[in-house]
Amino acid sequence: MDTNVAGGQRSLLRLLTCGSVDDGKSTLIGRMLYDAQQIMEDTLATITKDSRKHGTVGEDVDLALLVDGLEAERQQGITIDVAYRFFATPKRSFIVADCPGHEQYTRNMATGASNSDLAIILADARKGLLTQTKRHSYICSLLGIKHVVLAVNKIDLMGFDQKVFDRIVGEYASFAAGLGFQTMQPIPLSARFGDNVTGRSGNTAWYRGPTLLEHLEAVNTEQDEVAKPFRFPVQWVNRPNLDFRGFSGTIASGSVSVGDPIVVAASGKTSQVARLLGSEGEMQKAVAYDAVTIVLTDEVDVARGDVLVPPMDRPPVSDQFAAHILWMDEEALLPGRQYLMRTGNLWTNASITTIKHRVDVGTLEHQPAKKLELNEIGFCNISTSQRVPMDPYAENRQMGGFILVDRFTNRTAGCGMMDFPLRRATNVHHEQFLVDKAARAALDSQKPMVLWFTGLSGSGKSTVAKLVEKALHALGRHTYTLDGDNLRHGLNNDLGFTDQDRVENIRRVGEVSKLMVDAGLIVLCSFISPFRAERNMVREMLEPGEFVEIFVDTPLEECIRRDAKGLYARAKSGAIANFTGISSPYEAPTQAEIVLAGGAGATPDALAEQVLDLVATHQLG
Amino acid sequence: MTASSASRLTPHLRRLEAEGIAIIREVAASFRNPVLLYSIGKDSSVVLQLAMKAFAPGPLPFPLLHIATGWDFKAMLDFRDARVAELGLKLHVHSNPEGIARGIGPLTHGSQLHMSVMGTEALKQALDMHGFDAALGGARRDEEKARAKERVFSHRAPGHVWEPRSQRPELWGLYNTRINSGETMRVFPLSNWTEFDVWDYIAAEDIPIVPLYYAAERPMVRRSGALIMRDDQRMPLEQGEQEEMMWVRFRTMGDWPLTGAHESRAADIHQVMDELRTSKTSERQGRLIDSDQEASMERKKREGYF
Repeated sequence: MDTNVAGGQRSLLRLLTCGSVDDGKSTLIGRMLYDAQQIMEDTLATITKDSRKHGTVGEDVDLALLVDGLEAERQQGITIDVAYRFFATPKRSFIVADCPGHEQYTRNMATGASNSDLAIILADARKGLLTQTKRHSYICSLLGIKHVVLAVNKIDLMGFDQKVFDRIVGEYASFAAGLGFQTMQPIPLSARFGDNVTGRSGNTAWYRGPTLLEHLEAVNTEQDEVAKPFRFPVQWVNRPNLDFRGFSGTIASGSVSVGDPIVVAASGKTSQVARLLGSEGEMQKAVAYDAVTIVLTDEVDVARGDVLVPPMDRPPVSDQFAAHILWMDEEALLPGRQYLMRTGNLWTNASITTIKHRVDVGTLEHQPAKKLELNEIGFCNISTSQRVPMDPYAENRQMGGFILVDRFTNRTAGCGMMDFPLRRATNVHHEQFLVDKAARAALDSQKPMVLWFTGLSGSGKSTVAKLVEKALHALGRHTYTLDGDNLRHGLNNDLGFTDQDRVENIRRVGEVSKLMVDAGLIVLCSFISPFRAERNMVREMLEPGEFVEIFVDTPLEECIRRDAKGLYARAKSGAIANFTGISSPYEAPTQAEIVLAGGAGATPDALAEQVLDLVATHQLG
Repeated sequence: MTASSASRLTPHLRRLEAEGIAIIREVAASFRNPVLLYSIGKDSSVVLQLAMKAFAPGPLPFPLLHIATGWDFKAMLDFRDARVAELGLKLHVHSNPEGIARGIGPLTHGSQLHMSVMGTEALKQALDMHGFDAALGGARRDEEKARAKERVFSHRAPGHVWEPRSQRPELWGLYNTRINSGETMRVFPLSNWTEFDVWDYIAAEDIPIVPLYYAAERPMVRRSGALIMRDDQRMPLEQGEQEEMMWVRFRTMGDWPLTGAHESRAADIHQVMDELRTSKTSERQGRLIDSDQEASMERKKREGYF
């Protein structure tokens, strides 16, 4: 079929250029645009005028001015952000991400690299291989770039000497050996004079490789996303009327045909592709990068953020991952702090549980770190508030990359590349059963819920909980109590009282509560649970309304006075470490459903009555 | 073979099309009250086409907004109304009432003041009046140097202020669409398209565009080195000027006294594309407002011009 649109089967190559301030990066891009005849007469007239004003090359036209954009940076002679440039040859269209080389380079380079398939790494022939060059190469590798060009620029200033070129290339090859590049093409060039950029240079007769443009036109960067397993992150549920319900999005990898069985990765629900709508209408098959709308044969529950995948080739689904994180915010990353995380079309809460090490991007050394500052890279464990389907980044860039967003400023604070899920159970996918929570609860005529008693040791949590359970039982409610001390004899007997173990203790209690709620029970939990974040974690595990936080607010002095188990005395003497209220903090709830004033005058029965009133309202509502 | 081999589009254009559709869907999915800024030009026409595809078989889930400056080519307004009727779209039209009351115009007040009052200010008024939290536009990074660094999702602080420092890094296609109250987003689905891509796509998809893009015999006046079409009688002839019928076409759309034409016989899309391929001037050259001062686009952007 003769399409007769310009370019025939012209393909697209996205690339980035990275180099330090004086490596001549802007000049090189300007040169490519100029030689590819993308520069119009009026633009050239403007930069010729500007060259006299800002230029650094005397009376010549300074090609760097073609790409150095904003007023401020033109005056400073630097580029401060990623700029995108476009040019085309009959064979290919090119999108060039021009990444600056100064302080903000890590963040900017990562941005450019995340959307590129090839990197041009500039080295100044006079200076050889700098730490910067290595940093740029490592970041490219981390972001999954598989093809690099080592552009040894300013070779004219070294007399077009082959020995200089060979030495730099040799050094680079040994450094880059571990970075996983599939192709590495070294080219000696002069951006200023154009040698080996688009035309072969007579000054480097010893060089037998391609010119830069020849290489960019020919290099095969197809990652073959089509050959990978089918992944379809649902972006938008298209439901214009009752007769049509489709799931719109862009195919991240693989292909799909009408009739294919699919499964919703996180929920495990299955269906089949009934129709495929592409940008040109109805289609039988769609492949990676296509923006499509998929209609399924059944009314399954699918929302934005879900990922449709083949039943026989599913991604890991987990809420704990190991990942490389590159920090981009001026406020440092702190383990334990909650961030918003976006992966695919899913937004969820996430926190970094551990920074295993920081990577020195100059030496690739691993260093211990308690936080990650702007432009630092760390290997971390990350925990999400819901189970997330993700493939390792090395296998699938679209399915393994994520961003972290500050919850208050909404700034994009970091980006991450998932390495592997942390749960051994990740290949265990959710089974769907025919009898569900609603059915079980209906049989019991009750609404399952968790009554979560939190407060200091000796505040009266367990006492009140016992009275509440007794009253509920008398009313014919099915209940169960999870008690901190009792669980520590069994399920949690491997845990101590460090902050980390307390978090794990609560996580397990939360999971057990969730199962019991699923079984239709009213679950009473009395745990000191001193950290707000963990109580919220349990709250978020459950459905809205199921979690009732009851703060037994008894003053510390009163608890110490009671000291029923003699624990405060021992803690004060130092015999017990990490004791809440004495040597470990208690974070009071800010949004508890009930606050029980458990001071000296309060009777347990009166406190229990308050809880029962609220339970009664919930059971009715 | 796969469906893609039978496509009307090159692999390159298919990628750009899919990217544009994804960006438009993202806006609909992430914002409370988005709007499509419809300037009636060729880029707007492409954005509209992508948006129709993004939500098919459903209708557009957001309205269109046109900022009418009072000096739009009549042919543009006719085209706008015909398209809106044909596609069954919801369109808001807004003009700055203060500007109208004061009779602000490009010929009497200069292009800078006119564009500031009737363009930039009017746009802010309309966005505030309707409470739009995201506005889709047809701007492209290749148009001008100041735009080369523009984000796809361009963050605006309260008051529609564009601050270079508050722009967010955009990794993969994972756009950060979160905003606090009072903040808004401008979104550019054609960020990675070039002028040629736009024309290629219009040709391949057979998208209707304003006839002014095609050459015809029109009543022209030469003024300050530019060819201006007298679209109505509000432009008095200066001494030594005369109106003459000439074969011309326009490369960009704007207010008629500020938009220069060039002599051309390219009367259909293929002739236009042939002409572009041999052109030696850049797209914005016909826009008189851009050459007011050096780096003028950057300044306009900071002030909130689209």
